[in-house]
Amino acid sequence: MTHGFSRHRRSGACVATFTAYEADLLRSLAGQLIELLRNEEATPGAGDPLEEMFDFSGPTSEPDDPVLARLFPTAYPEDDEAAADFRRFTEGSLRNGKAAAAGAVIDTLEQAGLPPEPEEGLFIDVELDQATVMSWLRSFTDMRLALATRLGVEDDDEDYWESLPHDDPRAQVHDIYAWLGFLQETLVECAG
Amino acid sequence: MGSVSTSPVELDEPVVDDVTLLARPWVTVVWNDPVNLMSYVTFVFQKYFGYARAKAEKLMLEVHNDGRSVVSTGSREEMERDVQAMHEFGLWATIQKADA
Repeated sequence: MTHGFSRHRRSGACVATFTAYEADLLRSLAGQLIELLRNEEATPGAGDPLEEMFDFSGPTSEPDDPVLARLFPTAYPEDDEAAADFRRFTEGSLRNGKAAAAGAVIDTLEQAGLPPEPEEGLFIDVELDQATVMSWLRSFTDMRLALATRLGVEDDDEDYWESLPHDDPRAQVHDIYAWLGFLQETLVECAG
Repeated sequence: MGSVSTSPVELDEPVVDDVTLLARPWVTVVWNDPVNLMSYVTFVFQKYFGYARAKAEKLMLEVHNDGRSVVSTGSREEMERDVQAMHEFGLWATIQKADA
């Protein structure tokens, strides 16, 4: 098991060692995030059909998928028109930025030697410079938000997750969620 | 009600700085969520806004304890930039008028 990130004494970079299985899990989560960001068409809301036809510049209504709704919150909760404008001008670039950050995580892992299929006994050493640290921190956040939204994580609900039988798939997903939190905590500590 | 004089009154120079009022009527609000780490939220406030650690921690604790905190004030354009940046970091942020 990885010990998370620590600061390299001489270079100041944030370094971590993952088993190939752990690195493969991170790659898979980053890949799923990219797929989700690209998958649901950023379509305008069902409104006036004529308006929709001309509304080619970006989405104006909250995404249907609850994960995407959390990743792209409504900026003006009490002003639908301003909220739609904000979404139209920001959601596309936010989607691209989040997909790019997840792509940077995959690139880091593969450049560090993660093969297409993880091998027993293989360890992956990653070294993050300042820019890559930001991509990883953002992507850890997006992955954790996605898993937490699917699971229905709430404040102070640790006892509930602990009480689930170990073979419950939700308990296993929550373990991954908690592990990502541990990794992010160590990376914030290194970067701060 | 007091009496109203109808005689011409010499008006004082406006004491209110209109430019300041007009330029800073919007705020960025960050809301609590059960996911984001306290350390990460503090880090984002330091990194993006350039706040000192003590101020960033104070704002983070407001979010954590009160459910929300006003993290920046400025023009509507500036606040839209800040809200977009907060969404990039995965924080739940909204924009509203300063006195709302």
